[in-house]
Amino acid sequence: MADQTDPTVEPTGDAQAPSVRERAAAPARPADSGSQKPEPGFLSQLFAPVAGFGVTFATMFRKVPTQEYPEVKFPTAKRFHGRHQLNRHPDGLEKCVGCELCAWACPADAIYVEGADNTPEARFSPGERYGRVYQINYLRCIFCGLCIEACPTRALTMTNEYELTDPSRQALIYEKHQLLAPLRPDMLAPPFPMAEGMEERDYYRGQVTGPTQVQKDHVAERDAAAAREEVSR
Amino acid sequence: MSLLTAYPDLISAGLALPATDGPVADFSDTPVWLSLVKAAFLFVYVVLSVVVVIWFERRVIGRMQQRPGPNRFGPLGILQTLADGIKLFLKEDVTPKNADKLMFIAAPLIVASLAFVSFAIIPLGGEVSMFGHTTPLQLTDTPVAVLLVLAVAGVGAYGFVLAGWSSGSTYPLLGGLRSTAQVISYEIAMGLSLVAVFLYSGSMSTSQIVELQSQEWFLGIPGWYVVPLFFSFVVYVITMVGETNRLPFDLAEGEGELGGGFHTEYSSMKFGMFFLGEYINMFTVSALATTLFLGGFHAPWPLNLINDDMLSEGWWGLLWFTLKMWSFIFLFVWLRGSLPRVRYDQFMKLGWKILIPLSLVWVIAVMLIRAAQEGYFGEGRWVTVATLALIGLFVIAGIFVWDRYAQRRAVAREERMAVPAEVDPFAGGYPVPPLPGQKLVEPRRAVEAAAPVAVSTSTTTHDTEERRG
Repeated sequence: MADQTDPTVEPTGDAQAPSVRERAAAPARPADSGSQKPEPGFLSQLFAPVAGFGVTFATMFRKVPTQEYPEVKFPTAKRFHGRHQLNRHPDGLEKCVGCELCAWACPADAIYVEGADNTPEARFSPGERYGRVYQINYLRCIFCGLCIEACPTRALTMTNEYELTDPSRQALIYEKHQLLAPLRPDMLAPPFPMAEGMEERDYYRGQVTGPTQVQKDHVAERDAAAAREEVSR
Repeated sequence: MSLLTAYPDLISAGLALPATDGPVADFSDTPVWLSLVKAAFLFVYVVLSVVVVIWFERRVIGRMQQRPGPNRFGPLGILQTLADGIKLFLKEDVTPKNADKLMFIAAPLIVASLAFVSFAIIPLGGEVSMFGHTTPLQLTDTPVAVLLVLAVAGVGAYGFVLAGWSSGSTYPLLGGLRSTAQVISYEIAMGLSLVAVFLYSGSMSTSQIVELQSQEWFLGIPGWYVVPLFFSFVVYVITMVGETNRLPFDLAEGEGELGGGFHTEYSSMKFGMFFLGEYINMFTVSALATTLFLGGFHAPWPLNLINDDMLSEGWWGLLWFTLKMWSFIFLFVWLRGSLPRVRYDQFMKLGWKILIPLSLVWVIAVMLIRAAQEGYFGEGRWVTVATLALIGLFVIAGIFVWDRYAQRRAVAREERMAVPAEVDPFAGGYPVPPLPGQKLVEPRRAVEAAAPVAVSTSTTTHDTEERRG
């Protein structure tokens, strides 16, 4: 090997470093050829044995990268896979149609869905069916997002919320009411009929932009009836 | 006056020896009750320092590793030690079945209580007025005060060896032995480095040593012994790390080898006492280094020029003393943050083969220099310079001889370790792969090596049958 005739001071600079034994035996003289790194300066050679002290001392004045998590929350990436959310149409009706495609797509078997028929008295989503029971078990969920890809109505999406801990197992099975998106101020709480003159496909075409007056009246009347019943009881 | 002619004056002037070697601290106006008050003050000072240093160490090491360190309890986590202490108090106090009960309990008591003793002779400050009495900020002083520190450290080693022995378990025993061996062998080098200080000061009393160091050297710079006795200072700093069982010399607690070392079987407050004792020992050796080498409680150089050394008077001394002591504590922490633990044989080799012989040579050199300065070799300003030159020549000759010896050893080692260009992989009977740079001796052809096959089938079957039967 060429190394035996070419002992170098800095073995790291040499691509083909000689063995440990040869290195120890090699006399210390500057490399005449082959060494890529420049020879370290006099001072850096002088302080090389105690250079570690410099490293630790200098590190004291570096910025600490620790995130003070519970006190200071670091924003996640925008598309971070966090807790799920069941979205609503602009008037407040649920988007979920109870098709169970998410449950089928789930590789961890974390989603349980039971669909039910919408009736003229109680309509939760436009169209025929709605998700009556919707559970996601966050002890099983691996946050892969396959359920979101499977969802045909864009009812299921993920938020950036990641603080999903609890001392009990039951509390980590999220129910439908926990997963549903909160009602925005102009939305109405289902059940109530579809916007008049609209059918299911119009909802997906974006022709419904908010609750109509008829829907509002219906919900107000429904709530008043419920209040009356409460009083009479 | 040119520097050349000034130089011998500078050296030969030296620092005048004191008239007596007794303490200069004046305890005549100190009633016994005031001594008790001072002892209580000292106790509080030391314990508070320990409480702060545990937090300080963890914070600083944290920063050295680019993390914040404890920051939960109290502002900047400063109450962390309190939480740790409460935890220690509340833990179950286990005494192993095999333990020798009396010694098992006595050992931590010895370690913790003896750790406090050494602080009695450390001057924390000059004369202060306390409850109508003028008294030095020092519990007591004797003509052999520094020896007391060494003696107490030696007795403290009993605590470690008794703890290891009384635990009735192997690892603690080994750890205790190591700890003792460590303390004893490093105490020799430490003692030798202190001898140089005694030669310069002509006294073993701490207050006297501090007083002498406040004498002006030149330009108002006080003659701290760290300058003329730099080598002793370095030796002392190394030995004080060995003495306190701190990284990189914490072999007695080498987790990889001995579990927890001598305190493996200890829990709760018994362990807490070892912990306390170890940290107080850190302060003791740092305080001693401050006293013997860094001018004790006197203000550092530019500040000592203010108003005729006003800042060294009274309670100010406590500030400078604390600052100097804490700089050593920082050194301890810095060492721990930077260095890995050394091997036991390396540690002993450093102590016995390097520190002790070099210290001996150094003490002799210091002795000669002092003798020349004091005029034992005749009067004249050049005597000291001649002595220095002679010592220098001697040292250079020694280095030269040592270098020749080391070179010869290196050559011998090279010959011994030389790698032949060609190796027979089966030379030792086992296949050995070639080292980088080596060539294999090509093995003989397999066909040639194989014995000719000339075995009749009948014998083989007979053989197998016989073996089966």
